[in-house]
Amino acid sequence: MTIRQKRIVDVPTLLVIALLGGPVLAGLAGTALPAFGYLPVLGHETVSLEPMRRLFETPGLAKSAALSFSTGLAASLASLAIVLVFTAGWSGTRTFRRLARFLSPLLSVPHAAAAIGLAFLIAPSGFLVRLASPWATGWTRPPDVLILNDPFGVAMTLGLVAKEVPFLFLMTLAALNRPHIHDTYRAGASLGYGRLATFFKLILPQIYPLIRLPMLAVIAYATSVVDVAEILGPATPSPLAPRLVGWMNDPDLSLRLMASAGALLQLAVTTAALLAYLGLERLTVRLLRSRLFSGHRHAHDTSGRLAGLFLMLAVILAMGLSLVLLGLWSLARSWWFPAALPQHLDVMRFADMAVMGAPALWATLALAVSAAGVATAVTLWLLEARDAAGRTTGARLKALVFLPLLLPQIGFLFGLQMLFLHAGLTGTFAAVLLAHLVFVLPYAVLALSDPWARLDPRYGKAAASLGASRARIFWRIRLPLLLRPVLVTFAVAAAVSVGQYLPTLMIGAGRIVTVTTESVALASGGSRQAAALYALLQLLIPLGGFVLAALVPALVHRNRAAMRLERG
Amino acid sequence: MTRLLAVTLGLLATLLLPVAAQETAPAGDSKWQDVLREARGQTVYFHAWGGEPRINAYIGWAAREVVRDFGVRVIHVKVSDTATVVSQVLAEKSVAKSSGGAVDLVWINGENFAAMKSQGLLAGPGWAETLPNWRHVDIENKPTVKVDFTVPTDGQESPWGMAKLVFMYDSARLDTPPASLEALLAHARDNPGRFSYPQPPNFYGTTFLKQILVDTVEDRDALSRPVDTARFADLSAPVFAYLDELHDLMWRQGNAFPKNAAHMRQLLADGALDIAFSFNPGDASGAIANGELPPSVRSFVLDGGTIGNTHFVAIPFNSSNTAGARVFANYLLSPEAQSRKQDPEFWGDPTVLNVAALPGREKALFEALDLGPATLTPEDLGPVLPEPHPSWVSALEKSWIARYGAN
Amino acid sequence: MNTPADASGLVLDKVRLHLNGAPLVEIDCRIAPGDILTIMGESGSGKSSLLDFIAGFLRRDFQAAGRVFLNGRDLTDRPAQDRHIGLMFQSPLLFPHMSVLQNLMFAIPADVRKRSARRDLAEQTLEDVGLAGFGSRDPATLSGGQQTRVALMRNLLSEPKALLLDEPFSSLDKARRADIRALVFDAARRKGLPVLLVTHDEEDAETTGGGMVHRLETCRGSAPSRP
Repeated sequence: MTIRQKRIVDVPTLLVIALLGGPVLAGLAGTALPAFGYLPVLGHETVSLEPMRRLFETPGLAKSAALSFSTGLAASLASLAIVLVFTAGWSGTRTFRRLARFLSPLLSVPHAAAAIGLAFLIAPSGFLVRLASPWATGWTRPPDVLILNDPFGVAMTLGLVAKEVPFLFLMTLAALNRPHIHDTYRAGASLGYGRLATFFKLILPQIYPLIRLPMLAVIAYATSVVDVAEILGPATPSPLAPRLVGWMNDPDLSLRLMASAGALLQLAVTTAALLAYLGLERLTVRLLRSRLFSGHRHAHDTSGRLAGLFLMLAVILAMGLSLVLLGLWSLARSWWFPAALPQHLDVMRFADMAVMGAPALWATLALAVSAAGVATAVTLWLLEARDAAGRTTGARLKALVFLPLLLPQIGFLFGLQMLFLHAGLTGTFAAVLLAHLVFVLPYAVLALSDPWARLDPRYGKAAASLGASRARIFWRIRLPLLLRPVLVTFAVAAAVSVGQYLPTLMIGAGRIVTVTTESVALASGGSRQAAALYALLQLLIPLGGFVLAALVPALVHRNRAAMRLERG
Repeated sequence: MTRLLAVTLGLLATLLLPVAAQETAPAGDSKWQDVLREARGQTVYFHAWGGEPRINAYIGWAAREVVRDFGVRVIHVKVSDTATVVSQVLAEKSVAKSSGGAVDLVWINGENFAAMKSQGLLAGPGWAETLPNWRHVDIENKPTVKVDFTVPTDGQESPWGMAKLVFMYDSARLDTPPASLEALLAHARDNPGRFSYPQPPNFYGTTFLKQILVDTVEDRDALSRPVDTARFADLSAPVFAYLDELHDLMWRQGNAFPKNAAHMRQLLADGALDIAFSFNPGDASGAIANGELPPSVRSFVLDGGTIGNTHFVAIPFNSSNTAGARVFANYLLSPEAQSRKQDPEFWGDPTVLNVAALPGREKALFEALDLGPATLTPEDLGPVLPEPHPSWVSALEKSWIARYGAN
Repeated sequence: MNTPADASGLVLDKVRLHLNGAPLVEIDCRIAPGDILTIMGESGSGKSSLLDFIAGFLRRDFQAAGRVFLNGRDLTDRPAQDRHIGLMFQSPLLFPHMSVLQNLMFAIPADVRKRSARRDLAEQTLEDVGLAGFGSRDPATLSGGQQTRVALMRNLLSEPKALLLDEPFSSLDKARRADIRALVFDAARRKGLPVLLVTHDEEDAETTGGGMVHRLETCRGSAPSRP
């Protein structure tokens, strides 16, 4: 066979490993060394446990760690439960298809924007209370109840659920997109099993392996989230991650050692949450297995199905209303409690602020397009090269690509920041782009590898047997056939880039300002109008991406019946 | 009508001032001419807190003025906490990046200034006092323009505005606001859940702690010196005794706090709080003009005075655009920029200039200002209590966090 | 006897395929120009893998021994593009994003440079199989038989030196099957192409007009005994 096929690793695989592994490993090292007192640039040259000691002396540390663990795990489990029960009860129905159409765009809502909108909805002075006041509640002033920033992180958990449900749902939807799944439903029904029972006993075991990695990524993210925690989370004390960012930015530079030690603790907390989940998973499997062959068919499962539908509807409604509120607040000049609608709208100021937000929007767009472009191109290159080498994009590559998503961002961003600083790259577009790619690339690979693998390989064979070169097959056959999934991948990648708060903040050093960093800064400020407007600006790019991904293939393939079928 | 007049005058002044400024600048100041020449074409990254759209808009306006008049491009880097800027410059210094730093100019005062000064993170002393507009600064009546939280500025930062702790309340909901800390506690007892303060280490929250400290401490002289750790517990005991009592009566029983002054003001607007406070005496009027506070909001201060200080702009040691930064700092000190800043319609931040001593035309700019319904007159603002030494800040914050921030 | 390298037609010289060490297919034969070799076998007998090996698509987890010669040229280590072997699958596999004409034009070798010449050639080909005027159509709107005819012509336009047919008639109804089969075999014979047909349909085998038939179980008695 040819030399290319004999090579162990091809160029794009190496590139992906370098793009992901390089920053992650370097960052981890750059975090671990200071955690043990070694940070020569600041004059700390002896290895010691002093940073650890200082860390564990910090008041409220245990509570912060416990909060990170519990809110993250609870939010992830609740999201998965909602998605699975809803999918189990309704997959294949018209209701399901309709709601799925609502959920996909919600995926493009960045975390920070979702959190800001949710705060407008559920705060004691928020829309829900206003709707019922004063006629039902008698309140002319917001009640003094602890809803946002509650010490147990309930609001934060809800915020995470609202954001992770669409993500896990789409992952489940992709997993269900396999030919024999429908037959399984029919087989279950013909044996007298109810929908929920069929799903949990027959279908879930088939698709769960495909949902597992995304679920682990959700746990890793939720246990170490910064922006959502800052907007909705408790503050006395905060969860671990936002506290670490605070220490990292403290003028007292020696706190960086402690922050690095804290980042290792964050790593441990996230690992613990992941292990706890894997333990739960095993327990559930054991429980379910013993019931699998019990013969119970649970044919009457209406209440379970309704519960799933209700929860899913609640998530969609909450997110939808939040977005509407973002729109209203961005236009509101004064909106005094308990008015349910703004007293004055001010379009002029909206326009003024939008103009002021333009530079940040351009920067966000430039980053998103570059990151998504590079990520999509590298992914295509990777998949094509692996195909040509006769490899499949196996589980091992996927796990490798997923690794950055299973680590708390803080864990290696601290180290990465110091490295970039050393190299004089902090605050440059390229550095921020590189940091974004670490998080964008995995999603691109995830989004594209399944559609790529599902594309009938015989098209490629047919073209090759007609004498078409590899390049010609790629450009003329594969790429046009995969136009829709490629554009969706691009849109997903752009959305992920827009949502990056911590990497932009830490590597951008204030020189790279995106609508996301702006909106988190404004969310803590006094003007709800400005906060709402920037949150809306955050939505603009991902939404534009998904609209393009829907329109372009429809336009290009307008006369091709077979291309109108969903391909991935 | 007066507003219209003010706007017209303001516009006129905008047109005339560049000419006027050239006229009044000492003709022989060739050094400044060198600075102006060097500054042309430079881009200045101005790191300034960005949580307040009105201030952001003001900075945007000033940036447009200097690019037009002096060819200096100013980019406002909106930071959520000035401490991050200090940390960044420090990090740059620690990797020996002695030029081309990310920060060219920073909005700063107090502990952050003290930290930067003591770590050698600021451009050399004296530059602020060589700015042409320095001669308008009110050194005599506003001593804090040269002493920042008891630390001498040594010309390493240029004053930008005056701050004084001012409280505000909604007169539609509250008849007479409490006039002392004791009265505040009594008010909280009668109306539980309607008072709060931003969570330290937020600057405003810490200022509230300092106000209690200054108000309750027996030995005020101790506050002008670095904190004596041995005596700190004793001296601060009344502060925490007061807070222990207050917290149970506060909004969310002290389990959650406003994130900052702007958030607190928003809670006042919602009616969630009875009282908010600000460091800017024009804040309430400005927020009313902007529709962010109901028109019935009024300001008040505490008997015996409230804490006051000055905020500044400073140039880090490793800025490569110091000339541009100086030109911008000088512009911020100009009567034109300072009067617009004091106008509640734009910002409402009191000037650092000696208005009485300004030439007639420039004085008129200030006299034409309508300070708004909720702004106290200078007489009603009451005495200014000096800031304690910056070291008290971190001592207070640490104790506070240990007691309330992490339970 | 001639060495395989001298022989015209398609020569499979002691070809053996293994999957994970287990022998799968063993074949050693020559298909002369215009001849048809039919390989019969149940699914899983390695028919498709054999075609993949000949056409140059064998997956990496297979191990192959033996060589493939086409008109004396050793193809074994050449990429699929260079083999000049036309492939037809169970389904016509017209590229769904192209029009019928574009499908044909894709196959015309690059040495026909002028765009108008390529277009004329493609249109002429359509006319030859009774599909004149179908050029601008979406392939999905053609019937199964029409699609198979286009697929065949697409193959022939690329000027192959041999044809591999992987049950190309199985998707057609009985009535069409005979027509299309005749069309394919006639074309192959006219152009002198060696044809290898893989099928499990006895009728396909019977109608090749006296071609050789290999049953994979019995081919040269070499059906490997599976462990």
